[in-house]
Amino acid sequence: MDATIARRLLPLIGPVVFFAVWYGVVALGLVNKVLLPSPLDTVTFLATAVAKGAMVVDIWATFLRTAIAFLIAAAIGVPLGIALGASETAYRSVEFLIDFFRSTPSSALIPLFLLIFGITDANKIAIAAFAAVLVILFNSAYGVMHARKTRILAARVMGANAWQIFRDVLLLESLSQTFVGLRNGVSMALVIVIVAEMFIGSETGLGHRIIDAQQVLNVKDMYASILVTGALGYLLNIAFLVMEKRFIHWSGK
Amino acid sequence: MNEMLLPDIEAATAIVHPSLPIQLTRSRTHITVRGLSKAFDGVPLYQNFDLDIPEGRIVSIFGPNGCGKSTIMNMIAGLIPVDAGEILFDGKTLKETRIGYVFQQYREALFPWIRAIDNIAYPLKRAGMGKAAVKARVDELVAEFEIRFDLSRYPYELSGGQQQTVCIMRALAPRPEVLFLDEPFSALDYEMTLFIRDKLQDIYLKTGVTMVIVSHDLEDAVFLADKILLLTRRPTRIAEYLPFDLARPRHPDSMAESLFVSTKARALEIFQREVKA
Ligand SMILES: Nc1ncnc2c1ncn2[C@@H]1O[C@H](COP(=O)(O)OP(=O)(O)O)[C@@H](O)[C@H]1O
Ligand SMILES: [Mg+2]
Repeated sequence: MDATIARRLLPLIGPVVFFAVWYGVVALGLVNKVLLPSPLDTVTFLATAVAKGAMVVDIWATFLRTAIAFLIAAAIGVPLGIALGASETAYRSVEFLIDFFRSTPSSALIPLFLLIFGITDANKIAIAAFAAVLVILFNSAYGVMHARKTRILAARVMGANAWQIFRDVLLLESLSQTFVGLRNGVSMALVIVIVAEMFIGSETGLGHRIIDAQQVLNVKDMYASILVTGALGYLLNIAFLVMEKRFIHWSGK
Repeated sequence: MNEMLLPDIEAATAIVHPSLPIQLTRSRTHITVRGLSKAFDGVPLYQNFDLDIPEGRIVSIFGPNGCGKSTIMNMIAGLIPVDAGEILFDGKTLKETRIGYVFQQYREALFPWIRAIDNIAYPLKRAGMGKAAVKARVDELVAEFEIRFDLSRYPYELSGGQQQTVCIMRALAPRPEVLFLDEPFSALDYEMTLFIRDKLQDIYLKTGVTMVIVSHDLEDAVFLADKILLLTRRPTRIAEYLPFDLARPRHPDSMAESLFVSTKARALEIFQREVKA
């Protein structure tokens, strides 16, 4: 009984220690107060900023850009990835391109996208979508290509034709891996949106807020915004894990 | 060469009725393999290989590890292509023949995204059977197998033995003319092996379906078999094609009978000769 409660509390140890160390460092004056406010001040600031609605606008702006970029990336990446994965020759012919651009930090392409789209919201969304689409495409293709050979043979022996094998086996086999791609893709989209908000003229968004706060040395705002950005990324990740558990019930079994 | 490929006259004229007890059907060749060759990476595995599999009988394939037991069965079942040669079922091609296949790796052979019962129904749907007919056939199988676990569960929620039972039901659902089983027991514990072995014999006695079983366990190979196909090391030939006529139904006790003991000893002797060769 006590043991199960103790186990439940285990995940809380990390965050508690984190805030305790943060608190201690500030209380003991180990770090310049201008660079690191106390966690209490930061959380208080965060609560009021959210309550007043100022930060909500930025959270919403970042979320919306990330969501649009992600949806575009998923709409292109999943079908294209599955189609490429189903044809070994098609995949092999573009494999190098995919691997190359997957290995290229997408932030390196920001200037290029600036040339094409200018300083617009479309630019931030486009580059985030570009970064995410490669991750999603790769994972979906991989999922199809690495479908269990036995399952494909089983379907064939039971009289399934090529299309039925694709629909009844390959597609479903690839779903677990597709979810891995979607989860990584949304994280990637968020990273790029934040970077783009920092460096591509922006009036809203958490990236904009973080860099603005830094410029005027409003460190409480900066830390609060960083915490919120982290929370946003974390929640998106959790949301996809929950969806995967619900829809891909056989995953990992 | 050509006349060997013709279905034999007896086969063409005999009245086949799969629901008749096997004692009433005459034993004739069901599957003819002629001039079969297969090489992997340029190294021959089978060269000009001939084999007859009798109708309505159980044939076990036994031989040294890696001698090509799975490969020969998979070529007959059309899972891997042959380099040369011809395989006919009662003179028909594979395409014209209904077959069932049970894989060793039941976990990887079942579809985890659908329930066990829908796994069993899958080949029936693929064959274009209507909803009511599918249900009737599945119900029939459930009764035949005396299933006591919940088939509305997903495969990964079932025990290994239950999963392999589902695999066998799925393979039998479309009333195949031939049932292929590749090491169906090797991922099961002994209790489950005895249970499934018994079920297979039941089904066999009821339907008289031709069965081809690959086994690496001599006891399993002999227990179910009417004929034991003993293979040599590669390049693979037939070392011996032993008959085993012990009366059915056979029970675990049958393994103490002298015919079982002597047949098993004979098979072991041939196996050891071939391993040393
Ligand atoms: N796809 C393949 N590529 C290359 N070699 C193979 C392939 N499949 C089987 N072999 C080889 O053919 C031989 C027979 O394999 P298999 O039929 O699986 O043996 P077993 O009798 O143990 O079932 C083995 O030596 C194996 O290494
Ligand atoms: Mg094998």
